[in-house]
Amino acid sequence: MNLSLRLTVNGAQRDVVLDDPRVTLLDLLRERLQLTGTKKGCDRGQCGACTVLVDGKRINSCLALAMSYDGADILTIEGVAQGERLHPVQAAFIAHDGLQCGFCTPGQIMSAIGLIAEGQAGDDPERIREGMSGNLCRCGAYAGITEAVLDAQKILADTKTERAA
Amino acid sequence: MNRFDYVRPANVADAVLAASEPGAVYLAAGSNLLDLMKGGIARPSRLVDVSRLPGLDRIEHLADGSLRIGAMVRNADLAHDADFARTYPAIAEALLSGASAQLRNAATVGGNLLQRTRCGYFYDTASACNKRAPGAGCDARGGDNRLHAILGWSEGCIATQPSDFCVPLVALDAVVEIEDKAGRREIALEALHCLPGDTPERDTVLEPGDLIVAVRLPAPARAFAARSRYLKVRERTSYAFAVVSAAAGLVIDGGTIRQARLALGGVAAKPWRARAAEETLTGAVAGPDAFRLAAKAALSGAKASGDNHFKIELAERTVVRALTLAARGTPERLPALPASPFAAAAGALS
Repeated sequence: MNLSLRLTVNGAQRDVVLDDPRVTLLDLLRERLQLTGTKKGCDRGQCGACTVLVDGKRINSCLALAMSYDGADILTIEGVAQGERLHPVQAAFIAHDGLQCGFCTPGQIMSAIGLIAEGQAGDDPERIREGMSGNLCRCGAYAGITEAVLDAQKILADTKTERAA
Repeated sequence: MNRFDYVRPANVADAVLAASEPGAVYLAAGSNLLDLMKGGIARPSRLVDVSRLPGLDRIEHLADGSLRIGAMVRNADLAHDADFARTYPAIAEALLSGASAQLRNAATVGGNLLQRTRCGYFYDTASACNKRAPGAGCDARGGDNRLHAILGWSEGCIATQPSDFCVPLVALDAVVEIEDKAGRREIALEALHCLPGDTPERDTVLEPGDLIVAVRLPAPARAFAARSRYLKVRERTSYAFAVVSAAAGLVIDGGTIRQARLALGGVAAKPWRARAAEETLTGAVAGPDAFRLAAKAALSGAKASGDNHFKIELAERTVVRALTLAARGTPERLPALPASPFAAAAGALS
């Protein structure tokens, strides 16, 4: 069984040879590539802590078999900031207290980046909450998270408009 | 998780061959399968990865007015396809009321049809379950069975089929295209899932190696675009399986119902088409009297399988409300909370 795969992770090409086909994308990121920002919460697709972007779309990496994603472009929390400059969603989570213990935060931020890219929620807090329902926060920072997503979305839209002008 | 062989065939024919071996199963997104494997409920010896088979990720308009949806189209891509959502709004609403955004981005059309029950006793390997271990008994009987069946169940199994997507699909006469060693065949979605009877371990009529390659919506399904809704009652407003749900589609002309489609979810081991209710609706004046009569007809054979007697009336009320909302017309834009009875855009009943 040939268990080699090639991924682009946060812009860098990574060639991996697995010793076992059971490895999930989450375990590959954390245990093989030492990218431990992506969290293992429930490991069963219920909490969203393991959310990453695959070819621009948010998925639960715990329910993704790594071998299935040969050739994919993966973005994790480690790849969203530009050097010391935080991604607007990261900055907004800090500004709006969108976290307490922080364990769910990488997943929340990746999910929010995915949500904003999908462009379905607009500036409706109810649509944001619905769109973020796959990410649980047991500290209950939901109010701050919703405000952070709304704010980050506006900042990203303004940046886009400025670039276009 | 048990060890398994992983193969990724290059085409459908090779996939069918690879999956015909005992112990082999298809892997699409894995949203349900990997969960089942982590819990020790599914223990396949071989995974045949079909997630990237060429040609299965397309949505095609056929010359006869039907729509062919490839089995590997992702749930979110289908729901957000503007043309699809406009033509089959109840299906889009059902898709968006299911799971979470992350899961919808991964989960496939074919995989959604074949997801297994979420009965807690099926998932708990320490419990007795005839579906998981034939002959073991059923701990759901006499257990926590709020989410369990009220139609078509047997003494051996009271589990429900959990898909939202299947409910409007079955109402709209969807057809499933299946590839096997002998070639292609098709069956009505209504005939895909099995009632438990004495063989609750069998979810569907599919044989080992059978691969769902597409779901087709026949041309008449387009007639309901203007008046279609999916309504889903659940324990929390988002990211939960249905306690009961209903898909309703109507064609109304001058206040009279010309055509009606109705199906229920969360009530049986299959998406439940309510043909008797459709008959009572056809030719009736659209309004509360006809809707209540239809609801009674839809649930006429219902029987509690435990502490879930409340679901019979809940299902009747869900049917009345789904029909009321459908008669009012498909909303311009889906409500913020798709299929929710609490959705602002769904509005209070006047």
